[in-house]
Amino acid sequence: MEKEVFKYDNVATRNFLVATIVWGVIAFLVGLIAATQLFYPDLNLDLPWLTFGRLRALHTNGAIFAFVGNAIFAGVYHSLQRLLKTRMASDLLSRIHFWGWQFIIISAVITLPLGITSSKEYAELEWPIDIAITLVWVVFGVNMFWTILKRRERHLYVAIWFYIATFVTVAVLHIVNNLELPVSMTKSYSLFAGVQDALVQWWYGHNAVAFFLTTPVLGLMYYFLPKAAERPVFSYRLSIIHFWALIFIYIWAGPHHLLYTALPDWAQSLGTVFSIMLIFPSWGGMINGLLTLRGAWDRVRDSAVLKFFVVAVSAYGMATLEGPLLSLKNLNAIAHYTDWIPAHVHIGTLGWNGFLIFGMIYWLLPRLYQTSLYSEKLANWHFFIGTLGIVFWALPMYVAGFTQSMMWKQFNPDGSLLYGNFLETVTQIIPMYMLRATGGLLYLTGAVLLVVNVVRTVRTGTLLREEEASAMPLAPRYQKEEGEYWHRWIERRPVTLLIWSMVVILIGGAVEIIPTLKIDSNVPKLAAVKPYTPLELEGRDLYIREGCNACHSQMVRPFRSETARYGEYSKAGEFVYDHPFLWGSKRTGPDLHRVGGKYPHSWHYYHMKDPTIMSPGSIMPRYPWLFNHSVNFEDIVPKMEAMVTLGVPYTEEDVANTVATAQAQAESIAAVLNQDENIEVLPEDEIVALIAYLQRLGTDIKVAAN
Amino acid sequence: MNIIFLLLFFSLLIAVVFLGAFLWSNRDGQFEDVEGPAMRMLRDEQNKSTTNS
Repeated sequence: MEKEVFKYDNVATRNFLVATIVWGVIAFLVGLIAATQLFYPDLNLDLPWLTFGRLRALHTNGAIFAFVGNAIFAGVYHSLQRLLKTRMASDLLSRIHFWGWQFIIISAVITLPLGITSSKEYAELEWPIDIAITLVWVVFGVNMFWTILKRRERHLYVAIWFYIATFVTVAVLHIVNNLELPVSMTKSYSLFAGVQDALVQWWYGHNAVAFFLTTPVLGLMYYFLPKAAERPVFSYRLSIIHFWALIFIYIWAGPHHLLYTALPDWAQSLGTVFSIMLIFPSWGGMINGLLTLRGAWDRVRDSAVLKFFVVAVSAYGMATLEGPLLSLKNLNAIAHYTDWIPAHVHIGTLGWNGFLIFGMIYWLLPRLYQTSLYSEKLANWHFFIGTLGIVFWALPMYVAGFTQSMMWKQFNPDGSLLYGNFLETVTQIIPMYMLRATGGLLYLTGAVLLVVNVVRTVRTGTLLREEEASAMPLAPRYQKEEGEYWHRWIERRPVTLLIWSMVVILIGGAVEIIPTLKIDSNVPKLAAVKPYTPLELEGRDLYIREGCNACHSQMVRPFRSETARYGEYSKAGEFVYDHPFLWGSKRTGPDLHRVGGKYPHSWHYYHMKDPTIMSPGSIMPRYPWLFNHSVNFEDIVPKMEAMVTLGVPYTEEDVANTVATAQAQAESIAAVLNQDENIEVLPEDEIVALIAYLQRLGTDIKVAAN
Repeated sequence: MNIIFLLLFFSLLIAVVFLGAFLWSNRDGQFEDVEGPAMRMLRDEQNKSTTNS
């Protein structure tokens, strides 16, 4: 058999690498702006699209899907070709994949600041973009599997197993969590409601971390770390065990995001148990990564790339020990809703994802450009500034989270809350917010050094677009017939069949199961809980548009400290008409589930106009645009119809009278505002709809009790 | 809580897909050699030249 000569495609890798750097800097910058607003809210300049609630989604999506996403693709396109000794199957698919992904990111950059969001964390993008993501993801998958099928290396190196698991799982997660009913091109409602929606969301949300921020990046670790260290991985056997154990256990851990909520206890416990088990495969991976450097630690001193990798793998180990511990109910009771969680997440993203990607860029880029890195010293500066950035980011947030949580839970000897005003617990930690922004600034500064280094490196070299390589063709498995091509074709068929049958199963399963679900919902219904009025529904959509759920939870946990502060704890049956659920995951401000009826309409009016009028020292931004934008009541009709389709029991009469009902409720709120405080508002003003929603929140069971 | 059945379905589906992948890979001999692959992946730079093997 003759050796075959072929060429690797470096262009796709280079493109993804450039996109990684560009979007990375943007995502860090948006994060810094958002972080600064938490101690200097005026930074939003009273512009809706610069306000925290909207920027937060832009930052998270940018960091996850634009920065890490592009880096994953760059690493996969580079390593897959070399591990399989073949060129990527289709240059055309590679280009479609690249431009499609950038198009999706640009759509996100436009829509999220406009407030076009589904509100589900890390799945905020609206339905047309969700469909585009699905298509581009399939293009990536086809390109990857096709490449695997035409490989010249029989063995699939462990990194490739991680890539495959990533593709399969992300596809399933994305589709299930984004099942939604479109109302217009820019608006949809989740098929699921309340507790169910929460469970689906965090099944997705946790596994977005697991299968987008972890498994593909582990694949990159298993390729680039041995390459950079010029040492084989410490234990290949361990890497195989690491892989199979990790992917099996991860998928079950989602409910740990919903501990002490209205989710049934047994589901919470299931999530906790699997989360604890995750320590073992995770640490197996960390140990395997670090021990790969055995006998090469002296090189870490000289190599910026290895320094980045060592901190990245250590951060992975820290985050994956902390994660299981946070899944214990007693620790979760302290940490949940506080800044502890962003600290935990950023050890993972800044440390593990960011540093592994930086190391990969510094290693890969000079090779693509047939040159050496412009400045190793500058890369070392990046490393130290970046590391300091992580420390300044995380440590203040640990302090802030623990401090605030303790303040929430303290009582006076007479049994009343020591810090009855939530705001006291916020102003206490503002210095920590300032330190955190400093950390973000340092991290961004490091990334700017990377840009300088990359630009200078690229200028000194030329891109090796087509890299020549050679390898023996894959020997046909069975020798009894001649005609090698035919044999290889036969070999491909079962795998192709496997892939297609999986796609079919997924579609078939979804189509069969979802309608079944819609017919009978098992969440204990409370007779007192009624669907929202048309105006409240509109107000709820404004709450979603402004991203209020980024800072306010709607889930009172069954602790005395919470029932004393907010009122009766939240019941599963109270959320049956919530498409989507809005429980939130962070309390930068107080919980709002029982805010309905707590204050007069005028309080909300002034508070939304300028929060510091009602709460001096508040870090909530002003929302002036709610006072001069108006709601078109006609637009609520299709929303009501969509809700009926989703199973919300509006009568035909309710739907027919939508406009009149909304008008009447808006006029009555406007009249009350006028009567109490001489406030002049038009019934159509957005603020009126928002007040209607806020005043309804959590009141149904109060009404029943009276 | 019907949703749990949907999620169990999809979680098990993924688990079954991975089990299938594992069984295939094991039968395919993917894991027979647990030393060679780690070494081989380090060597691809040499493939630039057709004279090396």
